[in-house]
Amino acid sequence: MAKNNLFDKDLKVINIGLSSFKDSIEEVNADAVQVDWKPPAQMDEKILQILSKNESYIQKQNKKCLDTILNGAPFLIDLERAIDVIPGMKKNMILHAGPPVTWNRMCGPMRGAIIGALMYEGMAVNPEEAEKIAASDKIEYSPCHEHSTVGPMAGIVSPSMPVFVLKNEEYGNQAYCTLNEGLGKVLRYGAFSKEVIEKLRWMESVLYPALKRAVNELGKIDLKNIIAQALHMGDEVHNRNRAATSLFYRHIAPAIIKTTQDTEIAVKVLEFINGNDHFFLNLSMPACKVTLDAARNIKGSSVVVAMTRNGTDFGLQLSGTDDQWFVGQAPIPDALFFPGYTKDDANRDIGDSSITETNGLGGFAIAASPAIVQFVGGAAQDALNYTQEMYEITVGENNIYQIPSLNFRGSPTGIDIVKVVEKGILPFIDTGVAHKDAGVGQVGAGVLSAPMEPFIKALQGFVESIEKK
Amino acid sequence: MVVKGKIKRGEYFDSVTLMIVAQKINEFEGIADAAVVMNTAENRSILESSELLISEFDDAKASDLLICVNAENDEIAEKAMLQVDEILENVRHEISDTEDFLPKSLDTALKSLPDANLVLISVAGKYAAQEAMKALKKGLHVMIFSDNVSLEDEIRLKKYAQKKDLLVMGPDCGTAIINGVPLAFANVVNRGNIGIVAASGTGLQEISSVISNNGAGISQAIGTGGRDVKKEVGGIMFLAALEALNRDKNTEIIVLVSKPPAKEVLKKILNKVENINKPVIAMFLGIDEGIYKDSDIIPAKTLEEAALIAVSLTQEKDKYSFQDILEKRKKRIQEIVQKEAKTKTSTQKYLRGLFCGGTLCEEALIIFQDKIGDVYSNMSSKEKYQLNDPLQSIKNTVIDMGADEFTVGRPHPMIDYSLRNRRILKEAEDPEVAVILIDVVLGYGSNMEPATELIPVIKQASKTAEKTGRDISFVCSITGTDHDPQNKKDVEKRFHATGVHVMESNAAACGLSGLIIKMLSEKFGKKENRHGKK
Repeated sequence: MAKNNLFDKDLKVINIGLSSFKDSIEEVNADAVQVDWKPPAQMDEKILQILSKNESYIQKQNKKCLDTILNGAPFLIDLERAIDVIPGMKKNMILHAGPPVTWNRMCGPMRGAIIGALMYEGMAVNPEEAEKIAASDKIEYSPCHEHSTVGPMAGIVSPSMPVFVLKNEEYGNQAYCTLNEGLGKVLRYGAFSKEVIEKLRWMESVLYPALKRAVNELGKIDLKNIIAQALHMGDEVHNRNRAATSLFYRHIAPAIIKTTQDTEIAVKVLEFINGNDHFFLNLSMPACKVTLDAARNIKGSSVVVAMTRNGTDFGLQLSGTDDQWFVGQAPIPDALFFPGYTKDDANRDIGDSSITETNGLGGFAIAASPAIVQFVGGAAQDALNYTQEMYEITVGENNIYQIPSLNFRGSPTGIDIVKVVEKGILPFIDTGVAHKDAGVGQVGAGVLSAPMEPFIKALQGFVESIEKK
Repeated sequence: MVVKGKIKRGEYFDSVTLMIVAQKINEFEGIADAAVVMNTAENRSILESSELLISEFDDAKASDLLICVNAENDEIAEKAMLQVDEILENVRHEISDTEDFLPKSLDTALKSLPDANLVLISVAGKYAAQEAMKALKKGLHVMIFSDNVSLEDEIRLKKYAQKKDLLVMGPDCGTAIINGVPLAFANVVNRGNIGIVAASGTGLQEISSVISNNGAGISQAIGTGGRDVKKEVGGIMFLAALEALNRDKNTEIIVLVSKPPAKEVLKKILNKVENINKPVIAMFLGIDEGIYKDSDIIPAKTLEEAALIAVSLTQEKDKYSFQDILEKRKKRIQEIVQKEAKTKTSTQKYLRGLFCGGTLCEEALIIFQDKIGDVYSNMSSKEKYQLNDPLQSIKNTVIDMGADEFTVGRPHPMIDYSLRNRRILKEAEDPEVAVILIDVVLGYGSNMEPATELIPVIKQASKTAEKTGRDISFVCSITGTDHDPQNKKDVEKRFHATGVHVMESNAAACGLSGLIIKMLSEKFGKKENRHGKK
C-alpha cells in the first residue's frame, strides 16, 4: 500500500516553493531537492485538456521525431551554385534568414545584404538602383528554410552564390548553405561596400572551385563526426567554431593541395579557411538543417524543427504542423558590445543560426564551451546551468553530441513546445549582434532567450492540428 | 504625494522575497507606501485597496511584476523604484551565484532524487494545484502549504489521490511530521507511538509539542488542511490519514484535532473509529461532548488535555492520570493569581489576548467563555462579540493576528512580529487592561528570535503602564520543544527574567489569564456594588 510505503521508508522530499522548507528538512538529515520554480505561462484550460487526452500519442510521436534527429547523418558531399541546386530557386529570387518577411518590414542589415547581393549579381550598379529594384516586384523573396537552406545573420542567398551541398545519408534529403565570408565588413551583417562585393566574387571564382575540387576528391566529409569532436574541444559550433574549423581544415587541406595546381591559389584558399574561426559555422548550420528536415512532418509531434529570426520576427516550425510558421517579434539581444557600441545600436535578433540550438547545439551545448562563458556571466558554472536548464524543455539527449563537463551527457535535443510553454522556460540561444543600420556590421555577441509569443501560438496551432486528426 | 509605478515583464520572484523588498522600500524617507508584487488577482485587489493600482497596470499579464510607490514627490518615487531594481538584481545574482544547478521542474528534480516520496508545495495557490496533480500522477504523496487553492481543485486532487491511495495534506496545511521529519512549520519532537491527524496547524504543533515535552513521542503527524472536514470535501483526507495511522505499525495511539467537522463528516469519522483497534482521542474545538456518547472516542477538552491523555496511555497509566499534573499546576496558578491581582488598580479589568496561532486563539475563546464569559474577538462565532474593527479591542478581547485581515501582503505573525508588537504597545496604553496574553510558536519556519524581538516590546509596554501607575500581567504560552532551533528552555528563561508568566500550554496560559480577570472582577466588582448600594 502506498501510504504504508510512505511511513516505512525514509522521507525524501521534492520542495517546490519556499527554500527554507528544504533547509529545515536537511537539518534533520533527510533528503530534499529544491525546485527552482517559475510560474508557467498561462495555458488555456481547453488546450490542457487536449494535451492531456493525447499525452501518450504525443509522447510516441515526439520519440519518433527525436529518433529521426538522432539517426541523422549529415555529410558534406559537394559544392554547387545556388541556382543549380537549391530547390525552387529562381533567377530573380533572393533567399533570406528567418520566417517570411516583405521588403518594407525588413531590418537594416537584411536590406543592406540584399542591396549587396543585387550588385554582386550585376542586377544593379549602385546601392540606389539596387534599393529601387529590391523594393519593386521584380525580386521574389523567400525564406531559406523553405528551400532546404540556412544562412547566418541576414542569410542572403542569391542565384550565383556557391553553396555547400549536404546530404543526410540516413534519409537521403539534402541541405544548402553559402560559404562563410569571415569577419569585418561582410554581406551577412548588411555591408555592401566595394570590398564586400569583391570578396564575394573572389569566393565565387577562386574559393568555390578549389573547395569543390577538394570535396569531390574526398567524396564526402562526415560532419557529425567533426561536430562531436569539436564539442570535446571547446566548441558549441554556433558562437565558437574554432575547433571544428581546425578539424575541417585537417580534412580538406591535403585535398586542396592535391587538386589545386597553382600553389599560390592553394595557399590563399587555405589561408582564408585558416583565418576565419567561423568558417565551419556555415557547415554546422546546414548539418543541423539537413538533420532536422528529415524529422519534419511527423503528425502529433510537438518538437521544433526550425527556429529562426529575420531581424524583425522570430519564427518557428514544428514537426507536427507541416510548413506553418509561428511568429512573434524578435528580441533585441542583451549582449557584450564591441567598444563604442551599445544596446541602442543593436538590431533585433537575426539569422538562421539558431538551427544549431534547434538541434541541441549552440546555446544548448554551451556547457561544452567554457571559452565563451563571458557571454553568460563569466563563470563556468553559469554555462553548465544554462545547458542543464535546456534538458527541461527537450525530449531527450543526443547519442553522439556530448558535453564533457556534464560527464559526457548527451546534449539536450528536440525542443518540445509543450514543455517550453508549460514550464515557462525558453530556448537559450547564442547569437551575434548586427548593427541596426545596414553596412555597419557586427557590434557584439552574446546570448538571449527566444521570445514566448511564437511558442504560445505554436502550441495553439499544434493543438488544432491534433484535433483535426 | 504622488503614486508611481512600473511593470517588469515576465520577472518572477517568490512572495517572501518581494515582501522583503517592499519592506525595505517602505523604510525610505518620503515613502508613504510601497508594493512590489506579482500581478495576480489577489495582489491586484490588495493594490486597489491601498490605492496603488494605477492605470499603467491595466495591461499587465499574470507573469509580470508590479512595482508601485506612494511618495512625497516624483524624485523620491523614481529613486525608490530604481532601488527596487537594484535590490532585485542583487537577489537574482544571489540566486544565479548558487553553485549547483537547481532543477526547474518536478520531472527534472525526480532525476536527481528518483526515490522521492513526497512533494512539498508552497507556490502561489493558483499554481499549487497544477504542481500537486503532476506529483500525484507520478505516484507521489503531496503536502500543499499554499492557501488560495480553490475548493474545486482541492476536491479534484483529493478524489484523485484517494483512488491512488496517496495522501494530499492541505491545501493550507502549515505543518506535518512524517517519519520524524518536520515539514514546513513544524517542531522538532521526539519520535514515539502517538499518531496525529489534524485539520488545524497550530493545533497539531501544540499537541505534538506537549506530547514531546512530557516524555512521549510522535509516530506521524498528518495535516489535512482546515477545509478537509467541511461538507464539500467530506473529510476525504482526514479519513484516509486515520486509516493510514490505523495501518501504521508504529502508531499505537491516535489523536484527532480539528475545528468541529461538518455533521456528515463527523459521522463518517465516528464510524471509522469504530473499526480502529487503537485508542482514539479527539479534540474537536468547542464541540458538544454528548456527540461521543455511543462512540469509543476519548474526548479531550483542550489541546493540552488531548496530548496528556495520549501520553498517559503510552505510559500505560489510566487515561485520567494526567489529572494529577493539572491539579499540581492549579496550586501554582492560584499563587500567581493572588500575586498579580494585588498589583492592579481598580480601572484594570480586562484581558487582551493577541494570538498568532489560529487554533490557539479558538481554544482561548472556548476556555474564556467557560471561565469569564464571552469575549470579543475577530474570530467570534457570535455576532454580538464580533469586533467591528479588529484593530480596536473591546473589554475582554482575543485577536487572531493570523486572520486574513492582518496577513494580506505580509508574512504570517508567527514569522513577522511587527504588527503584534505594535498592538501590545497599544493595548498597554489602555487603562482598563490588566492582562496581556500572547502565544509564541517555535519550530522551523517561525520567527527565529522570539525573545529578542518580544522582550524589548514587553518592557516598553510595562513602562507605558507604569507611567499611569499601573502594572500589567504578561502571560505567555510557548508551543515548541527544547530541540526546536529556538530552544524552548532558552526562550522561557529569558521571558521569566522579564517577569512574563510562561505557561506550559495554551490552555494553562488561558486558564491563568482568566483566573486573574475573574479575581479582579470579584475584588473590584464587589466594591463597585457596595458603592452602588450606598
